[in-house]
Amino acid sequence: MKPDKVFLLHIQSGLLLQVSFFRLSDLAFINDAQVPAGVTTFPSSAQIVSEPLGCVLVISAWNYPFLLSIDPVIGAIAAGNAVVLKPSEIAPATSALFAKLLPVYVDNSCIKVVEGGVPETTELLDQKWDKIFYTGSGNIGRIVMAAAAKHLTPVALELGGKCPAIVDSDVDLHVAVKRLAVGKWGCNNGQACIAPDYVVTTKSFAPELVDSLKRVLERFYGQDPLQSEDLSRIVNSNHFYRLTNLIDDKKVSQKIVHGGQRDEKQLKIAPTLLVDVPLETALMTAEIFGPFLPIVTVEKIEDSIEFVNARTKPLAAYLFTRNKKLQGEFVSNVPAGGLLVNDVALHVTNPQLPFGGVGESGMGSYHGKLSFDCFSHKKAVLIRGFGGEAGARYPPYTAEKQSILRGLINGSFFALVLALLGFPREKR
Amino acid sequence: MAPGLGAMEEKPAAATKHTTICLGSMASGLREVYESGRTKDMEWRQSQLRGLISLLTDNEEEIFDVLHEDLGKHRGEAFRDELGILVKSIKYTLQNLKKWMAPEKAEAPLVAFPATAMVVPEPLGVVLIFSCWNLPLGLALEPLSGALAAGNAIVLKPSELAPATAAFLAANIPKYLDSSAVKVVLGGPNVGEELMEHRWDKVLFTGSARVGRIIMTKAAKHLTPVALELGSKCPCIVDWLDGKRDRQIAVNRIIGAKWSTCAGQACIAIDHILVEEKFAPILIELLKSTLKRFMAEPGGMARILNEKHFQRLSAYLEDSNVASSVVHGGYMDRKTLRIEPTILLNPPVDSDIMTEEIFGPLLPIITVKKIEDSIAFLKSKPKPLAIYAFTTNESLKRRIVEETSSGSVTFNDAVVQYALESVPFGGVGHSGFGQYHGKYSFELFSNKKAVFKRSFLIEFMFRYPPWDDSKIGTLRHVYNYSYILLFLNLLGLRR
Repeated sequence: MKPDKVFLLHIQSGLLLQVSFFRLSDLAFINDAQVPAGVTTFPSSAQIVSEPLGCVLVISAWNYPFLLSIDPVIGAIAAGNAVVLKPSEIAPATSALFAKLLPVYVDNSCIKVVEGGVPETTELLDQKWDKIFYTGSGNIGRIVMAAAAKHLTPVALELGGKCPAIVDSDVDLHVAVKRLAVGKWGCNNGQACIAPDYVVTTKSFAPELVDSLKRVLERFYGQDPLQSEDLSRIVNSNHFYRLTNLIDDKKVSQKIVHGGQRDEKQLKIAPTLLVDVPLETALMTAEIFGPFLPIVTVEKIEDSIEFVNARTKPLAAYLFTRNKKLQGEFVSNVPAGGLLVNDVALHVTNPQLPFGGVGESGMGSYHGKLSFDCFSHKKAVLIRGFGGEAGARYPPYTAEKQSILRGLINGSFFALVLALLGFPREKR
Repeated sequence: MAPGLGAMEEKPAAATKHTTICLGSMASGLREVYESGRTKDMEWRQSQLRGLISLLTDNEEEIFDVLHEDLGKHRGEAFRDELGILVKSIKYTLQNLKKWMAPEKAEAPLVAFPATAMVVPEPLGVVLIFSCWNLPLGLALEPLSGALAAGNAIVLKPSELAPATAAFLAANIPKYLDSSAVKVVLGGPNVGEELMEHRWDKVLFTGSARVGRIIMTKAAKHLTPVALELGSKCPCIVDWLDGKRDRQIAVNRIIGAKWSTCAGQACIAIDHILVEEKFAPILIELLKSTLKRFMAEPGGMARILNEKHFQRLSAYLEDSNVASSVVHGGYMDRKTLRIEPTILLNPPVDSDIMTEEIFGPLLPIITVKKIEDSIAFLKSKPKPLAIYAFTTNESLKRRIVEETSSGSVTFNDAVVQYALESVPFGGVGHSGFGQYHGKYSFELFSNKKAVFKRSFLIEFMFRYPPWDDSKIGTLRHVYNYSYILLFLNLLGLRR
């Protein structure tokens, strides 16, 4: 469904980064971490050992069907698990590609691909797994978690939400708008969990923002975006009609200031801008996942934070501003999976940063070492010897023992010394 | 009045009748308090942690009393396992709070220059903690301290099966902590179920797998993330030990980790022992003689929680094959709910006592031909919360760590891992998921938010449509971190 070139671009955007991050020589984080053991258990040493969880299930989504399948699978393999991958049936060509190619390149006795739709997924979810990693919608996320509960299986849910983009007036507008546009329409024509869902800006700045957006859109996609090869189509007719219904609502359509064209045969919808759509409409309450960008206007830019926080926690939130104070407030007061200042979506490509949601946008995170951690169990290992025996631990609990014990637990070296010297003396 | 499942509801003074509406308005009230930002300040968090320490140190005698009332715990045990450890842990949290709250810098790739990347911890919001009856103070306040440190508003639901401790918490938490942001809800399973009808930002549950499943299923409706601290059969491998001293120490520690820890009613208590045939008699003799000394005074061991659990434990010995394997103890007093330390040698491996979590003062000893065989036995059972092994054999230690999986492994001691703030505490597989203690408590109740900041200064065209092959070529260099090639490429591409 994507134009060839964008497809390649997005594979690389994160995937190769992930793979290169996991070069074998870099698998240093498999090694045990030594941690301090305290006075209370002296002498002793402690370690944290990472071990695989076992057999894990990865269910991926249709919008980045390659990336969202391989990315978690890389983490699962690096952590030493056996993996079943269930690619999305809504991206059937990619699913078939996996089924055909993956067994050829990896150990297909422990890494399997299961294709299919709802019945197959339901049956997979009935089995016992050591972890389930799901990328997709909140509705299905609930079903996955409830199924996992039967077997006490931990889950990671990478869900969606309405990612807000706040745009202040003190920005380099041309650069900001390009970044905003590529994050929205350059990402699968808005069909991305981290694409900006809506914009918040001041009433006074909105017209300038809209104009700049129009200019950049023409630069990217030409006069007739439906003819542009650089614009992704909508994945299928279900979603096509879901989207057209959103803007065909009279309360919404009158707010369109740019775009709105669609081509049913090609399943294409043009980048569309709207201003101040009524907040109770479906467009403004559900995740859009498409090429519509509603712009919400506020009196002062500071009000935008309150607006964003009144909604469920998003996977990502964006802020364009040079105002350091606003940046600080944004970082401190906007809960989200990830925050970007003066750019959009890029955090996905940084393997040092956790990628995952919070609240309605999900639980668990991955990328880089966190992918490894996501599919690992961190086992605490405490090693003691037979030295350092503290009689104070054991009954009968005399007053003398209790005071030494108190000291030991409080980390008192004096108590430790007493204990090591064999106090209190046992009467045999 | 016999303590039991319905006990809380029969006490009109202490219990509050909770309806869905009441709990709902409490939950939304807490959310408002949280949204006001009050719990996020470091000062608030510090004051709460200090308040918690005062709660514990001001009321030591009463704490010993309630723990004795609920479980017959001796004050020595109560201090060692609950009060003392809690104060130590909260002090550790206070000392490290500023460090934990600070954003962690992450690398930003050169191509994004100038840029900064960091991970910022923030509270999850309003969290719910269910605690268990066996360490009724510790299992309530340890997670509570983590949730406070992470800046959350909190609801604590202590177990109704330890009613004196629950009442103590309900009376004192409002006195020492910010009662608008920290609530205690008393009641039985129905109250727990009603609480779970609401959305929370996190739920930590300590208890049985059966209830854990119910909690997680209800949490799924709201996409509430959960951490489940469940039980398991914690095995203890005892290798051949040379030397009287080492043997005595091992036996001391085994007794400490079984009978001295709430009479074996603890998720990390030793459930059963695996030992070589030829060492078993030595071990049993030493256990017997040491038990005599340790349990010389009355009250050295806690009592069984209630009739129901007493019945459950005595039923294990109703199986004649199991009863005939008793080599020490076995005496049970229903009136005082006390069971003496009991040792069994090779009860049938398919008997209830060997398949269910014992959670009591009965210690089965299973013999194997070679000690290495214990690893296979261990692996045939669900992953436990803890594995213990008394051995000086380094290769056996390595095999245990590498070939088995468990929440934790402790060599040459048992239960003490609970006291170490530097290692995570939690299960895996059937014993649960989610870890806490020390910094892990803070992280359990935090959202670690990725923050990436860029400037408008440098702008690359290869990010944007319209697409062409040369842009993809450039991107390849970017993603391979081939900066020299990228530089050359960009020079060539200069528009």
